[in-house]
Amino acid sequence: MTTPLLAVDDLRKHFLLGGGLLGRHARSLKAVDGVSFTLEKGETLSLVGESGCGKSTVARSLMRLFPPTSGQVVLGGRRIDDLSAGALRPLRRRIQMVFQDPFSSLNPRMRVRDILAEPIRNFGLARNRADLDGRLAALMERVGLPREALSRFPHEFSGGQRQRIGIARALAAEPDLIICDEAVSALDVSVKAQIVNLLQDLQKELDLALLFISHDLAIVEHMTHRVAVMYLGKIVEIGPRREIFLAPRHPYTQALLSAVPVPEPDAGRTRIVLRGDVPSPINPPAGCRFHTRCPHAFERCRTEEPRLDPVGGDHFAACHLDGAALPAQAA
Amino acid sequence: MTLLSVENLQVHFRTPDGVNRAVDGVSFAIRAGETLAIVGESGCGKSVTSMSILRLLPEPPARLAGAIRFDGRDLLQLPEREMRHIRGNAISVIFQEPMTSLNPVLTVGRQIGETLRLHQGLSRKDAEERAVEMLTLVGIPEPRRRVREYPHQLSGGMRQRVMIAIALACSPKLLIADEPTTALDVTIQAQILDLMRDLKRRVGAAIMLITHDLGVVAEVADRVVVMYAGRKVEEAAVRDLFRSPRHPYTRGLMGAVPRLGAAEQPGAPQRLAEIPGMVPSLKTRIDGCVFAGRCPSATDLCRSHAPALEPKAPGHLAACHYAPKDALAA
Ligand SMILES: Nc1ncnc2c1ncn2[C@@H]1O[C@H](COP(=O)(O)OP(=O)(O)OP(=O)(O)O)[C@@H](O)[C@H]1O
Ligand SMILES: Nc1ncnc2c1ncn2[C@@H]1O[C@H](COP(=O)(O)OP(=O)(O)OP(=O)(O)O)[C@@H](O)[C@H]1O
Ligand code: SF4
Ligand code: SF4
Ligand SMILES: [Mg+2]
Ligand SMILES: [Mg+2]
Repeated sequence: MTTPLLAVDDLRKHFLLGGGLLGRHARSLKAVDGVSFTLEKGETLSLVGESGCGKSTVARSLMRLFPPTSGQVVLGGRRIDDLSAGALRPLRRRIQMVFQDPFSSLNPRMRVRDILAEPIRNFGLARNRADLDGRLAALMERVGLPREALSRFPHEFSGGQRQRIGIARALAAEPDLIICDEAVSALDVSVKAQIVNLLQDLQKELDLALLFISHDLAIVEHMTHRVAVMYLGKIVEIGPRREIFLAPRHPYTQALLSAVPVPEPDAGRTRIVLRGDVPSPINPPAGCRFHTRCPHAFERCRTEEPRLDPVGGDHFAACHLDGAALPAQAA
Repeated sequence: MTLLSVENLQVHFRTPDGVNRAVDGVSFAIRAGETLAIVGESGCGKSVTSMSILRLLPEPPARLAGAIRFDGRDLLQLPEREMRHIRGNAISVIFQEPMTSLNPVLTVGRQIGETLRLHQGLSRKDAEERAVEMLTLVGIPEPRRRVREYPHQLSGGMRQRVMIAIALACSPKLLIADEPTTALDVTIQAQILDLMRDLKRRVGAAIMLITHDLGVVAEVADRVVVMYAGRKVEEAAVRDLFRSPRHPYTRGLMGAVPRLGAAEQPGAPQRLAEIPGMVPSLKTRIDGCVFAGRCPSATDLCRSHAPALEPKAPGHLAACHYAPKDALAA
């Protein structure tokens, strides 16, 4: 087996919170609590799950926007989680990110031209001025913005247009891996379709790997190869697209898929409504973290944590119910 | 009863290289208790329309014309002092980008509380209690701890729910929600949509919902306005729009949405359907149909003459020379 482009092993990120009342010990919020996955060149892995379950924290840890608490991140066979800032610098080009909130991630005082030229200059990608201009023009065309827009400022664009600038900026660095954190959720459907098609084209052309974080499960289904479902800091199910969408095994995945709104008024369907307390990442429930809301929870779930075990091929799920007891549900 | 009526709204921005006609003669009305969805291409003027209703656009560079009647008064004529009383109270808004609309140096409890203290005269303590209640309503775990946190300590979806909590705090008559659920997972989204329905039932609020998610539109809207390049190109009751979209742009939109399960069908397309081409620049005068440059059915007539927005079926308006028209169209 060849080494994967990216291998994440038991990644944890705990945020320290200030000491509690009356000088109790400082507590920590376990935003990411033991996440492992691999990503191949040219592959898309989607990270889905409840708001606050730690998806962006995984992304930020990979980008080293903060150091992980523990665990390993290996990029192209080389461990990067423990590199110093200086040693990391040349490797930074290889992982780029497109953020959830395009407005706050673009410097309002920079023209689009300078926003895009910055990574090209930083990583010394352009041979000369003409090459730089050519790259800028090609980037604008790639993301469907008029070339004149290079001389404008971010606030002069609509939300969707700004997101295209963010994607162009990520592409400018010629990365191996792009992390898209809700990168297409603010886009209108036709631009979203264009960007998704564009990402898929770029992936084929450049053998680009994508870590695609999104709440839009229909888009995920369309473009991903594999899916990892997170709940409260952990991966509870991971597998090939077809398996996850046609035969989800984890009760949380089933509930999630059942809640996707259908673009047809009066479409009949049954949503699995999750009741019970939404647990805290500071004191995650003992046993299975999902047991406070799981419609199938039984005694064992409250005490024993289920392992992420194979349920067939490349498909893994962390649940005590065996396959027979869990009706596989098509969405 | 009509609660809000926007009449021939025009919003033009003066920019160094010409006037940007961001909104160019848009009219629509919302009745009390109704949910009107506004959909359309990025940059077509949806947010600018909603900011105009709240008079939040800096003038200049923006120049507004037309009328926006709310509860019998033209908001465009009101002095700023009275507008301030309406904002966050009778009309509240959930903005598209929560990180830039929340104050980074105030705890979320303070931010929800401020609105309540300002408009409802609550004491600091009562306001904090109410803030905790609001966070519980929008499904944020451990609300008592979260009220003391700052926006950067929350996940994207939690920030969005804080915005929603602020917007709902005063039980507004009109709630403008600009992409309220894009940052949320579908289970929380369902919960928020229920909250919005509940607001309608409880206080008969009207909701203006701006979204790109046609699934959400199908679930919660009563009527839909489709905008393109600063104009309204179609309007219909939600069922009519999904069953028989009349404008080629609307048809393009519906075709570009992937449906869950579609990718597993044999022969599923590798690529999503796109609407080819780009939105026209709003800085040059467009004589013909605004969609002509991208429309698969465009003719010379379309390129030279703008189609009128007219009824094609009862309660169903579209601006297209060739949109099918029912015999009974009003
Ligand atoms: N800088 C920080 N300090 C303290 N807590 C944080 C910080 N950043 C994130 N968290 C917490 O970590 C948890 C995971 O947040 P994260 O942003 O990774 O969620 P997410 O899965 O991306 O959610 P969403 O879908 O809403 O974007 C949340 O409980 C959040 O409040
Ligand atoms: N302050 C401003 N100065 C100049 N032009 C502006 C300004 N604000 C918005 N515009 C322009 O007005 C037009 C409409 O923008 P608006 O934000 O309303 O789009 P939108 O329909 O909300 O798009 P999205 O779906 O991407 O949010 C765009 O062409 C935008 O560039
Ligand atoms: S282990 Fe138990 S509580 Fe957890 S998902 Fe499975 S059935 Fe539900
Ligand atoms: S008027 Fe012509 S160009 Fe415009 S939408 Fe109709 S067919 Fe297309
Ligand atoms: Mg996030
Ligand atoms: Mg907008």
